[in-house]
Amino acid sequence: MSDAGTLAVEIFDGERATKGYALNKLCYSFNEDANRKAFVADEDAYCERFNLTHGQRAAVKNRDVLGMLAEGGNVYYLAKLGGILGLSVQDLGALQTGMSVPDFKAKLQAYAER
Amino acid sequence: MATLIGGLAVSHVPAIGNAIANKRQGEDYWRPFFDGLGPARDWIQAQKPDVAVVLYNDHGLNFFLDKMPTFAVGAAESYANADEGWGLPVLQPFKGDPAFSWRLIEALFAADFDLTTCQEMRVDHGFCIPLSLFWPDGPPPVATVPISFNTVQHPIPSAKRCHHLGETLGRAIEADPSDKRVVVIATGGLSHQLEGERAGFMNPEFDRLCLDKLVSDPKALTSYTGRELVGLAGSQGTEVLMWIAMSATMTHGRKLVHQNYHIPISNTAAAVLAIENA
Repeated sequence: MSDAGTLAVEIFDGERATKGYALNKLCYSFNEDANRKAFVADEDAYCERFNLTHGQRAAVKNRDVLGMLAEGGNVYYLAKLGGILGLSVQDLGALQTGMSVPDFKAKLQAYAER
Repeated sequence: MATLIGGLAVSHVPAIGNAIANKRQGEDYWRPFFDGLGPARDWIQAQKPDVAVVLYNDHGLNFFLDKMPTFAVGAAESYANADEGWGLPVLQPFKGDPAFSWRLIEALFAADFDLTTCQEMRVDHGFCIPLSLFWPDGPPPVATVPISFNTVQHPIPSAKRCHHLGETLGRAIEADPSDKRVVVIATGGLSHQLEGERAGFMNPEFDRLCLDKLVSDPKALTSYTGRELVGLAGSQGTEVLMWIAMSATMTHGRKLVHQNYHIPISNTAAAVLAIENA
């Protein structure tokens, strides 16, 4: 079982959904191809439309996945931003755990031995 | 009266959709997963169901956090797939059966389930990939009833509530005045976690317990809270709730047809389960 600190990020509840609403709404908009293109064309202007908090904007700008989670981002929506940035869920996993992508993949593979 | 043939459950990882689109089923990475589906696929195709009731979770295609129904049931002539933002090919719309949907909705409300009903409902990879796995040769030859479970935002429904929903749904199917042959398909799971410092977490011991109990005694899995499931199965592993509901629909008994468990598919412990209502 996780410790309380880890669970705080993992349990996406009302408090986190409230905190992350603008960021998640930005990411939800990426279901539309035109919106993905608008983000790529002018990231600042696109983010401006969604009233991100300063912390959310900084986390997006820095491609800081743990920062986005800390700001209330939910991974189901963040994955749509990951798609724009060309990041697979293994790339995201490596970024969040501080591992290289091959090491992260090896960690996944290692569960097969258990 | 309608017949509940049995139940299927399978993981719905988006990468599976990419593997299908790019015809990679025979590659070393994918073969254990796709080969492991064979007996479940052969069984359901031989059973020739008319309707598939699909228990899945929407990942931000039809539902956003502005409105998040706990259980949403489709009652539409068809259900469109759409762009989810990461390049999966968009599939043809899936056929619905609104009259059958409404009879199930009436029966569930009669048992005090306050559902959200949807006459338009876009269906995402959580719905589409399992149908592509069980009917790989084209559009599935069944009408569908999508039932979306909220596993995105806590509080999520308890395992006990999902089990009760499944029991009620199974009885409603078998009490239906039509002569339809119906299969219930659960999608998602098993253990996986995409986010945070625990990204990449899986729990084969817990998954194997679930696979065993889903056949022998699904009620044994109903004591877990949503938070406990996150701890044990990972934050996206809560998708096992749909598997519990599927298992609970069986009105006669659970005869194991086939199961396969394979790690990893993407970041997920992937599994398939087929049980006959006998």
